[in-house]
Amino acid sequence: MTERVKIAWKNVTVGFDGRKPVLNGLDLEAYEGRSLVVIGGSGTGKSVTLKTALGLIRPQKGCVEIDGKPVRPGHEDDPGVAQIGMLFQSGALFDSLPIWKNVAFRLLHAEHISEDEARTRALEALDQVDLDAHVADQRPGSLSGGMLKRAALARAIVARPKILFFDEPTTGLDPVTADVINKLIVRQVKNLGATAVSITHDMVSMHHIADDVAMVKDGQILWRGSLDGVDSCANDEVCRFVRGESSED
Amino acid sequence: MNPLRAIGAGLIALLRSAGAVALFAGQTLAALVRPPYFAGQLAQQIFKIGFLSLPVVGLTALFTGAALALNIYTGGSRFNAESFVPNIVAMGIVRELGPVIASLMLAGRVSSGIAAEIGAMRATEQIDALHTLATDPMRYLIAPRVLAGVLVLPVLVATADIIGIYGGFLVSVHTLDFNPTIYVRNTWDFLSDWDIISGLIKAAVFGFILTLMGCYHGFYAQGGAQGVGRAATNAVVAAAVLIFAANFLLTSLFV
Repeated sequence: MTERVKIAWKNVTVGFDGRKPVLNGLDLEAYEGRSLVVIGGSGTGKSVTLKTALGLIRPQKGCVEIDGKPVRPGHEDDPGVAQIGMLFQSGALFDSLPIWKNVAFRLLHAEHISEDEARTRALEALDQVDLDAHVADQRPGSLSGGMLKRAALARAIVARPKILFFDEPTTGLDPVTADVINKLIVRQVKNLGATAVSITHDMVSMHHIADDVAMVKDGQILWRGSLDGVDSCANDEVCRFVRGESSED
Repeated sequence: MNPLRAIGAGLIALLRSAGAVALFAGQTLAALVRPPYFAGQLAQQIFKIGFLSLPVVGLTALFTGAALALNIYTGGSRFNAESFVPNIVAMGIVRELGPVIASLMLAGRVSSGIAAEIGAMRATEQIDALHTLATDPMRYLIAPRVLAGVLVLPVLVATADIIGIYGGFLVSVHTLDFNPTIYVRNTWDFLSDWDIISGLIKAAVFGFILTLMGCYHGFYAQGGAQGVGRAATNAVVAAAVLIFAANFLLTSLFV
């Protein structure tokens, strides 16, 4: 079966202030309805890869395409903006707003639906990530790390996006809470039938949420394949990374 | 290092910063005129910048007016010109000290606050989150703050003018034995409409400057908590210097 490419990074090069490029001609595809997990060491360009697809960073060379149309940072007709949901590493919830307004932010300010309807949908989204309704009127500062991640996940899914991005979704969480978040991610991606792109250092999380895996090194794709192939792949560096072994062993 | 090279590098950095600020100001103005408008954000900022700044602006104006009256009395008495105290206090406050002192106080309170708030949002990816939620940060965060500054500063300065003149009145009447009726009449008769309007125009310009500096330095803050602190400091310094420079230019135009 030929899978349809949903997101394509084409020869993407990004550098900052004349230093060595963070992404150096990166080529990568995320297929529709599948979950791609990008792994790699610190500073290898994983976050930048994600940000180019979100339109937050403009490549110096190459482009990122969603459904065959180039991502246009800052433009309202950007093909990405209308159909993405994003879970940030820190949650990135707005401190000044109660949780339900955080979750409903896009509905209120971009889709301009009524406050009553937005609240109803926000409460539904909170329920989908197993958060009680009483959390809705609390501020982000009063929630635990795990609850913040769930609320941020609710914000990412509330508008029923076709693409979900996850930036280090389990970083800073205890193993049990991380497992809860992994299961929620799998469930929500499946419910929405969305294409998911995640970046993570957490190999347990990768095994939970990935259909496909790509490893980035020096701003390029070192290896790419299905989850089944990652543990048995011929690339020694990938195997060591997945097992958490340094090259000096 | 070659001193010429250092001067050249400094000049280029200065021009680059000026260009970046000008570009940011242009984007802000574009965001002000293009929908969507965030009325709730604007109302919130008017309350935070305007209403919550009233005590600090009022107290500063009161003491400035009082001290001005004492100084003018001391100087005027050397020329037997004590009777000009109400006139000069009124003119000094309305044309110069009201707008400048109030704006400097707000540069300390508002510019730093805006820079710290937006800088913290940058550090915690909240500004990136706005992008992903199909909301333009320039329209949601920046435009309401700058518009609130432009709208609120004239009102604050008008309030500062009244309180400052009252400060001069209190000292003059209770300490310097001025007749209260004559003091008020001299103040009122001496001031022209243009004195008041020019001060309020200055206030609107200073409001633009001090909110823009807070937004600019916060928006481009880098480097976590240290970067946020640096952004707040730079915002206050830049706002204060630009307010003095703009004051000179506007005074030159208005005399």
